Amino acid sequence: MDDLYRDYILEHYKRPRNFGELEPHDLEAHEHNPLCGDELGVHIRVRDERIEELRFQGHGCAISQASASIASEELKGMKLEQVGTLDADWMLELLGIPVSATRRKCALLNLKVVRGAVTGDHAWPA
Amino acid sequence: MPPVAESSLQVKADFPIFKRRFGGRELVYLDSAATSQKPEVVIEALAEHLRKHNANIHRGVYPLAQEADAAYDGARRRVAEFTGAEPETTIFTKNVTEAINLVAYAWGRANVHRGDAVLITQMEHHANIVPWQILCREREATLRYLEIDEHGEISLDALQAELARGDVALVAFAHVSNVLGTINPVAEMAARARAAGAVSLIDGAQAVPQMPVDVEAIGADFYAWTGHKALGPTGVGVLHGRRELLDSMEPFLAGGDMISSVDFQSATWNELPAKFEAGTPMIAEAVGLGAAVEYLAGLGMERVRAHERELTAYLLERLSQLSGVRPVGPPEADRRGGLVSFTVEGMHPHDVAELVGRSGVCIRAGHHCAQPLMRCLGVGATARASVGVYSQPADIDALIEALAAGREIFGL
Repeated sequence: MDDLYRDYILEHYKRPRNFGELEPHDLEAHEHNPLCGDELGVHIRVRDERIEELRFQGHGCAISQASASIASEELKGMKLEQVGTLDADWMLELLGIPVSATRRKCALLNLKVVRGAVTGDHAWPA
Repeated sequence: MPPVAESSLQVKADFPIFKRRFGGRELVYLDSAATSQKPEVVIEALAEHLRKHNANIHRGVYPLAQEADAAYDGARRRVAEFTGAEPETTIFTKNVTEAINLVAYAWGRANVHRGDAVLITQMEHHANIVPWQILCREREATLRYLEIDEHGEISLDALQAELARGDVALVAFAHVSNVLGTINPVAEMAARARAAGAVSLIDGAQAVPQMPVDVEAIGADFYAWTGHKALGPTGVGVLHGRRELLDSMEPFLAGGDMISSVDFQSATWNELPAKFEAGTPMIAEAVGLGAAVEYLAGLGMERVRAHERELTAYLLERLSQLSGVRPVGPPEADRRGGLVSFTVEGMHPHDVAELVGRSGVCIRAGHHCAQPLMRCLGVGATARASVGVYSQPADIDALIEALAAGREIFGL
């Protein structure tokens, strides 16, 4: 068993949840990872101040795709005000694998995109 | 699959880094296009200079300073001789990026005018794109691209057609592409640029380390390359320029050493090459580069080219045998330098590089500082394996084995 490429990571990579377009949507954002040029976008539909539905678009490595897929299941139903408080540790704990410094941005790209769409803050999650 | 015959160069023992082990494994270094490893003679030359001959140059009259002068000037002579250039028109820069910026600022701002065009190719490194973008924006000129075909090559007819439009002030192109491996017909391209009244600049970063390069014979107006890819230290690059152009240009960076005399309000410029080397330069690194080109000349660049061509052919052959692996660039090793970029179906290049890295195999993954080219190829990134003088067929075997193991982890 590989430490990084665990079965559930590869499973999310090959069959990512909540990927595609979402029309109509209320919020959207698009970001890229300067390390590799990978791009990720998100469409979010809001209801009662919560994320009712979201879809990611884009391509990336197993770490970035699996991170987005795993995060999407947690984000659905989350209060918008809570999204602004999510940090890097939230994502890395959710992912549950040891991510090296060079791959950190792969894991955090989805959170950067979602926070950008919800709060307008386009900084990398700390 | 039997390994190919012993390759023509066997010099790994000259490079101390290969004594290292990574988790008990040997280092399989296939990232020489990013930076080369260094032979003992280069490490020793650098250390020896710092240990015994260190003083600032062009200032001191004491014997130690004279030794430092002689070492720096001697390095320049060796470097110029290695590439068929004159020492006075061989300028030390930090790297290729600085060399190209020097031309873009010091030549470009005086000679590219509103309505002119700068012509580059789709296969350029960001270092040979972004300085021209900035120049063109400032000068209200246009930046045009020569397209690549399905093999990653450019057409001389297309170059001719672009030049015939009559507005091209400068043509800038790679000698060898850092992504496709394509070897461009640089002498022919430079000649056509000249015939059309355009100045030419060649990015030789990937060419000088692996094939004979004679800048006089190529005939370009500017030729830039860097030391650290050619077995030398980081921090020292080279710009060869045509004397009339260098003489006509204003300095790029201003300060010490590049002046002849300084008055309260004005200054006059030093002679070539000092005019373009403001401030204390990279003395020890230049000395290290001098040792590097001496080492390469000792191997013989024809032999180096034959060695790398042979390894590239083997690399292409072995990669093509793996299902789902698609190399990009020219199909024949004769038309390419010592690197192969490739994609693996079902695996992102970063995952490919990470997984083979577990076996001690070092390859590069990403956009290789060539994002416009990635868009032309229709991919976001590629994996890239590149060889050097020390590489052996066994390194390629190790890559192939590691790739197969990686594909298995991904269930491919």
